[in-house]
Amino acid sequence: MNVRAVLFILLVFAVPAFAQGFAGLGTDAEGYSTVEPGRTFSFPVDHGPHEGFRIEWWYVTANLEDTDGNDYGLQWTLFRQALAPGEEGEGWESSALWMGHAGLTTGERHFSAEKFARGGIGQADVTAAPFEAFIDDWALTGDIAAEQAPDGDTMAEVAVNATGADFSYAMTLTTERAPVLQGEAGYSVKSDAGQASYYYSQPFYRAEGTITVDGEAIPVTGTAWLDREWSSQPLADDQEGWDWFSLHLPGDDKLMLFQVRSEDGSSYYSGTWFTPDGVATPLANDAITMTPLGTTDIDGRLVPTQWRLEIPSRDFEITTEALNPQSWMATTFAYWEGPIRFSGTHEGKGYLEMTGYDSD
Amino acid sequence: MKRHLWTLAVLLSHWRRRPFQLMTLVIGLAVATALWSGVQALNVQARQSYDQAARLIGGDAFASLRPTNGTNFEQALYVTLRRAGWDVSPVIEGDVRIADRSIRIVGIDPVTLPQGAGPITRDALDDGPETADGSGESRAVRLLTAPSLALGDAETVAALGGVDTRPTLGNGGQLPPLVVATSLPPETLVTDVGVAQALLDQPGRLSRLILTAAPETRSQSLADLTGGALERVEPDDQGDLERLTDSFHLNLTAFGFLSFLVGLFIVHGAIGLAFEQRRPMLRTMRACGVSARALTAVMLLELTTISALAGIIGTVAGYVIASALLPDVAASLRGLYGARVAGELSLQPSWWLAGVAISVIGALVAAGSSLYRAWRLPLFATAQPEAWAGAEARARRWQLAAAVFLAAIAIGVLLQASGLVAGFVLMGSVLLAAALLLPSALVGLLAIAQRLVRGPVAQWFFADARQQSGGLSLALMALLLALAVNIGVGTMVDSFRQTFTGWLDQRLAAELYVGARDPARAADIADWLETRNDVDAVLPVWDAETRYRGFPVEVFGFSNHPTYSDHWPLLASLPDAWSEAEAGRAVLISEQLARRFALAPGDPIDIAAPGGDWDGTVAAIYSDYGNPRGQVMIAVDELVARFPHAERGNFAVRVAPEAVDTVMDDLTAAFGAGTVEVVDQRTIKDISQRIFDRTFAVTLALNTLTLIVAGIALLASLLTLADARLPQLAPLWALGLTRRRLAAMELIKAATLALLTALLAIPLGLAVAWILTNVINVEAFGWQLPVYAFPEQWLRLIVLALITAIAAAAWPALSLRRMPPTKLLKVFADER
Repeated sequence: MNVRAVLFILLVFAVPAFAQGFAGLGTDAEGYSTVEPGRTFSFPVDHGPHEGFRIEWWYVTANLEDTDGNDYGLQWTLFRQALAPGEEGEGWESSALWMGHAGLTTGERHFSAEKFARGGIGQADVTAAPFEAFIDDWALTGDIAAEQAPDGDTMAEVAVNATGADFSYAMTLTTERAPVLQGEAGYSVKSDAGQASYYYSQPFYRAEGTITVDGEAIPVTGTAWLDREWSSQPLADDQEGWDWFSLHLPGDDKLMLFQVRSEDGSSYYSGTWFTPDGVATPLANDAITMTPLGTTDIDGRLVPTQWRLEIPSRDFEITTEALNPQSWMATTFAYWEGPIRFSGTHEGKGYLEMTGYDSD
Repeated sequence: MKRHLWTLAVLLSHWRRRPFQLMTLVIGLAVATALWSGVQALNVQARQSYDQAARLIGGDAFASLRPTNGTNFEQALYVTLRRAGWDVSPVIEGDVRIADRSIRIVGIDPVTLPQGAGPITRDALDDGPETADGSGESRAVRLLTAPSLALGDAETVAALGGVDTRPTLGNGGQLPPLVVATSLPPETLVTDVGVAQALLDQPGRLSRLILTAAPETRSQSLADLTGGALERVEPDDQGDLERLTDSFHLNLTAFGFLSFLVGLFIVHGAIGLAFEQRRPMLRTMRACGVSARALTAVMLLELTTISALAGIIGTVAGYVIASALLPDVAASLRGLYGARVAGELSLQPSWWLAGVAISVIGALVAAGSSLYRAWRLPLFATAQPEAWAGAEARARRWQLAAAVFLAAIAIGVLLQASGLVAGFVLMGSVLLAAALLLPSALVGLLAIAQRLVRGPVAQWFFADARQQSGGLSLALMALLLALAVNIGVGTMVDSFRQTFTGWLDQRLAAELYVGARDPARAADIADWLETRNDVDAVLPVWDAETRYRGFPVEVFGFSNHPTYSDHWPLLASLPDAWSEAEAGRAVLISEQLARRFALAPGDPIDIAAPGGDWDGTVAAIYSDYGNPRGQVMIAVDELVARFPHAERGNFAVRVAPEAVDTVMDDLTAAFGAGTVEVVDQRTIKDISQRIFDRTFAVTLALNTLTLIVAGIALLASLLTLADARLPQLAPLWALGLTRRRLAAMELIKAATLALLTALLAIPLGLAVAWILTNVINVEAFGWQLPVYAFPEQWLRLIVLALITAIAAAAWPALSLRRMPPTKLLKVFADER
């Protein structure tokens, strides 16, 4: 799960107003559409935006490698935020706000960039078929018309690009497999109180393209993971942050794990295990153990960049190590996000996102 | 220390015995300070408003992308640039009328607005969560959600009805709820870009883009992306307002400085006199053991205290003057330059300190020679109360020499230098030279008169007037300067008024001026007008903007009609100027443009245009008073071809005079007041005249104040000299002239001196008028004026000078008439 700091407008413009839960995610959802179990997902429609829900994102991470065997990671995210419930409206009257985040990580350096845009005027938007998600000059685009898409999946092949200060990337992501549903058939619970989101992923992308660091173009290949999530109130009031893992396991199994941390020190755990043919097994709150092993000081914040992850029921026990422990997204709303390597009962690469580690 | 206090007490006792003299000193300093600091307050206030306007949404820190033509462009260009990686933020600006006020509406997009883009992000939006409705939502969020917000400074919000009200616009629209934000310029409301587009009737249009960063790898140029519709303007180039208004403020400053100088004349006179009168006292104190250093120090302390006190009074008075004049200044700045200046003064403490400081410094400068003389006072010199007047006579040679030197400077400047500052140097040296020449001129005239009259009393009258002119010379100089500047400025203003009125009559030949609020309806309105029988012609008044060698220029399209060729006032032209221009081979240019770039009829001119730059010939030059920008007139077809984005909403309509009201009513009924704006010729002329009058209201007010200062100077001098006159008068009384006759002669003498000064002020005033219209106006505004003579104005000033002199002399004359003979007798008994 990758619940984002999405009520970004509150953060961008009035940090003091940010007092209720992490990034305002715990705010009242009155008037917005609610997340209920038992929803039927349908593609390509669900690749597009879901008006009526308060927050939504299109989120890509990739673990990459160049011809010399050096590791890299990249992130591309587009957030949609509705300022008012109901129809979003046209032109400047649109209640939609968009935020883009891009990150690029090498073993030594980490780059991040962000974009903001109003909805309704063509500066940022998402369409399902053919698929296109963009904000300014950053885009995640497919070239497949709805009728040619396998099972309606207009995102089976997409190009993704972003540019920031001193870095850029342009990648192609391809897969033959269908998207997979997280949690209980796409219904992903975040707390004991029942906060939830709709959540599906495409963890089976192969990635190929070029990253550019300080003007040097580097051809890379690897794996990529798409997360799609929308909700109106995904966090409980007392939840203050989360630690989220996406793991590419040997044999092409995929594993998603997260904990949402409460103010009282307790956590809510969840996860889903996918086999290569897309069969999903949800993991319950009590099936998962996550233990921080070591922290990194990032400008006075102590961020746990080494973890032990255990799922006793599946004989799974690994320790994770960040490719670059300083993978800090220095965006308006800042957090840690970067590629990891893991070893133990299973070995491989993945991505880690951690929020709510403030310097206070 | 105690000795110092005693010394001070002794020195101060002088003022107790001569309260009038103290009053003169304080009033002189206070008035001088008041005029100076009042003018400074106006300048400071105006500049503060310009700065706020420039800082508004990053105008001072960020480059802008502005339309190459016209005032707005398609919003789609903004999206195109964003999608090409340009970090730009949209702004729409325009004026609306709300309850008879013109308010600037600025629409912004808080989401893309760069951090640090002026007061909008940092001050206005960060004023904290808006609590008026208790929602606790930040202003940015409220700005983005219906009904949005309109942020204005406290004065503007209060004037429009107060916080949270939603005033209705002249065109029927409704403002979002008002909130107060600090650091916004006056008469300006900031709201969301979408809301602003609706309020301004410009859906989908933008005025400019704030440019934070262009993409590093620029695959496409700005011209490629926008089809040449937008150009980059660096932040430095945006201070047009400040530059355009510079001349206006320099004029104000010059007048303020002149008034200050006149005030210092008074102070110099009063201090000089006080020193001479206290000379015996100073000598006695020195003899009693007070050192020269201590004496000078105490005098310095005395002077500093008095001048600081006068400075405080003067600065307060300056504040009052500035408050009274500010509405006129604000109105004329708006009328002339479109600048918005707050209607209320908000001044920094530094302004108050500067006011007091200038008073103290002025007093020290004026008292410099007196202080020096106190320092070097010979211990055993005899008291010479009339020595001061005698010194004036000795000083005349020096004054003559200085006057010749200044005249040489004036001639040199006139022949060699150019520029506004040179203009003021010329003006200053002419005025000062004339002032310095005045005593010699008066003495000369009186000497001639003395030779022409017969009889001992008449001869004594002129001889004594000559003697007296020395003591009065400073006051008379002040009077001369004030009168001359009054005549000069009055002549300039009235000449301008006469020229301007005639020019308006010619230029505003059409009966009706019609503007489409919605540009899309402009053609409909024109068609509707064309079909009417009572409409003779519908002439497009379309325009676009460009720059000629960096100078902002309006390009104005005209159509072939006698309205132009018969009425448009031309200053110089080639034969067939109109037909050449109509054929698209030539252009007509405004005087401002012609003067700035030394263009004459027949010269080639190139005009940058998006539809292809254009080389033409200057066919004629026309007057364009009041326009700070340059202007070019070209055939309307050429305008449309070369400036595709030209504003096409305005028309001049020729209508039979009796049908004007009917057409106006029908037009409004057919299209609605929200769509069409129609003004008749009379109204436009009235508005223009009003702007004109307000523009010069300040000049005339300062002028009058200067004259009052000069009057006070004269009054003060006569009053302080009255005592010293007794030794001159007592012998005549003893010889048999009655006190009544002596008093009458005193009055006539004062009047004669004032009359002579006033008569000398007339040629000087005409010289000032010539410098103003032919040097300073040309440099400051770019237009030249014919100078007309207004003898009734001179007469008025002469009478005024006479009244001032007689009023000033009345009190001494009256006391002379009532003086007990014993006092006159005592003159012979006293030790002189």
